[in-house]
Amino acid sequence: MADRKAVRWHIGIFLAPALIVYTAVMIVPLFATLDLSLYTTVDQVRHFAGLANFRRLFGDPIWSEQFWNALGNNTWFFVIHMLVQNPIGVGLAALLSSPRLRFAAVYRTAIFVPTVLSFVIVGFVWKLILSPLWGIAPGLLDMVGLKSLFAPWLGKPGTALTTLALISVWQFVGIPMMLIYAALLSIPDEVLEAAEMDGVTGAAQFWKIKLPLILPSIGIISILTFVGNFNAFDLIYVAQGALAGPDHSTDILGTFLYRTFFGFQLQLGDPNMGAAIATAMFAIILAGVCLYLFGIQTRLRRYQF
Amino acid sequence: MKTTFGLLMAGTMLMGTAAWAETTLTIESWRNDDLPVWQQTIIPAFEKAHPDIKVVFAPSAPTEYNAALNSKLDAGTAGDLITCRPFDASLALFQKGKLADLSGMAEMANFADVAKAAWQTDDGKHTFCMPMASVIHGFIYNADAFAKLGITPPKTMDEFYADLDKIKKDGTFVPLAMGTHDQWEAATMGYQNIGPNYWMGEQGRLALIAGKQKLTDADWVAPFKELAKWGPYMGDGFEAQTYPDSQNMFTLGRAAIYPAGSWEIAGFTQQATFKMGAFPPPVAKAGDPCFISDQPDHALGLNAASKNKDAAMVFLKWVGSEEFAKLYGNALPGFFPLIDKPVQIDNPLANEMLGWRQSCKSTMRSTYQILSRGTPNLENATWAAAANVINGTQTPDAAAAELQKDLASWYKPQQ
Repeated sequence: MADRKAVRWHIGIFLAPALIVYTAVMIVPLFATLDLSLYTTVDQVRHFAGLANFRRLFGDPIWSEQFWNALGNNTWFFVIHMLVQNPIGVGLAALLSSPRLRFAAVYRTAIFVPTVLSFVIVGFVWKLILSPLWGIAPGLLDMVGLKSLFAPWLGKPGTALTTLALISVWQFVGIPMMLIYAALLSIPDEVLEAAEMDGVTGAAQFWKIKLPLILPSIGIISILTFVGNFNAFDLIYVAQGALAGPDHSTDILGTFLYRTFFGFQLQLGDPNMGAAIATAMFAIILAGVCLYLFGIQTRLRRYQF
Repeated sequence: MKTTFGLLMAGTMLMGTAAWAETTLTIESWRNDDLPVWQQTIIPAFEKAHPDIKVVFAPSAPTEYNAALNSKLDAGTAGDLITCRPFDASLALFQKGKLADLSGMAEMANFADVAKAAWQTDDGKHTFCMPMASVIHGFIYNADAFAKLGITPPKTMDEFYADLDKIKKDGTFVPLAMGTHDQWEAATMGYQNIGPNYWMGEQGRLALIAGKQKLTDADWVAPFKELAKWGPYMGDGFEAQTYPDSQNMFTLGRAAIYPAGSWEIAGFTQQATFKMGAFPPPVAKAGDPCFISDQPDHALGLNAASKNKDAAMVFLKWVGSEEFAKLYGNALPGFFPLIDKPVQIDNPLANEMLGWRQSCKSTMRSTYQILSRGTPNLENATWAAAANVINGTQTPDAAAAELQKDLASWYKPQQ
């Protein structure tokens, strides 16, 4: 009589808690949202509408203009993070990992602290700093004779979004810094010593040896930035309100979704259209992540030490 | 032990029943700021005249009120009297049968049609809340600054700009305390404040609803053309100036004129150390009729499922009386009684604004009734448009054309 393989119950039991919690708080709501976007509510009765909400979102100029505006702003928000936050993060990490730097722990902590602050505090503090009435920004610029450079940045359609993106960069620059810092520390000394033997030192060592070795980390940071930025909402809501003024110039997908789903002032909420926007956001983020996973990550060269 | 507890419970219940002999009315409201005023002034006044009825004022936070009230009404646990938001929120409750029809009450005759419109069906046949208070728009000014600069409150738009020029030339004060960052002030204290003088108050507002006028008509574009001139008179960097910034700027004495709503009166009276006055929105030409935005703000309705309807009706009748109007208007200066009779208000600033009802005709914000039911929402779109016009990023004509296009996209009479 052949032994039948015992059912390995423990695998299921150990997986269950995480699986149940994840299903309950992530997977079910995700599919509920996708489902909600296929319905429409007329006179408090729910009807199946197929893809009508999406046809409206992309076909009706009233909706599509707002959507493309939000998507464009969101892309710009992301571009600023990629161009400013991540290079600065890498640079700071390179400086911090230099063995000759004193007080490295102090700098590291100081730069990382804003990351753990609440959005509400960050938004409020920066609104005060930049306030033309009570802010310290105009005074500081005046002290160095550059008062003419000051403008009500948060109130001008041309500068508001960039200003907010830079505030967000200020808040989150600590995250790429920490990740890259960790990656730099994990480079084995033998590799660096071998480079020094070959005469590769200083800046050349960073560009030729260290940077290629931390590229996978930079890739991960980019994708985290992408997901974080396309899900962003809090900072804009706190600093500019749900209408994302001036003239919707700071409207990103998150605020557009909020206004539509929950309503605003006299506008009543429309959960079905809101769910359609949420689904579009999900698709955009999914596409971006797939592009990275299959297009970029598989080509990155990994080094085993 | 268990028996003792049981007896105690029974005792409490008996006491509860004894207290039940006098009816207890519960009022739902979002005006939690007014709780002390209700407890110390309004409820004692009512209970003195009606010792058999006890009243409990049970407010919730303004942002939670609509959602909380809806679920309480659905669950059957809502209070007997419901404070009504103006227009669609309350209309929806009436249509769902949650609010009783009060059209038959004799006290309704104490209120003009414009005062009741916020709590009526579109055809005006059913009224479901007893009007309580409105807020009036106009301009509050720093009287000390006016005296120092030797200027007087303007009557016409030309005088208004002449005053602003003088204040600006002197340089001590910022002429206009207003910012466009939060957008709603530009629409509410700007467009809806001066607009009624151009679109002739109710006449224009109703014609717009009927589809006989368009937002691109000269009468509706004119207020935008005026707003376009305001930017230079506002403070440095007004584009990033928020609503609390403007309030502080004025109460700290740094600005001369504050485009206002009357709800500011209580706060300003407490904080400002200078004398204040108020003037209604100036008219285009001397001798033109004047109109003020007298926006209905809250009313009181009867929960259709209330078990204490008789007592609640007694309270509602009292709310519709002149006595209540005087009491309420003085306890909460800036929230004006809607009653169609002159009411003496002791706060001089509030009294001044209330007096405009005699000299000017009342109307309300043009975007609140019916026109903000669809998407895009006219009220919210007007915020952005008015802020753009003051910022100079959109011309008055372009702003009006965009609003008209938005409205016509879903509102049949405008198509």
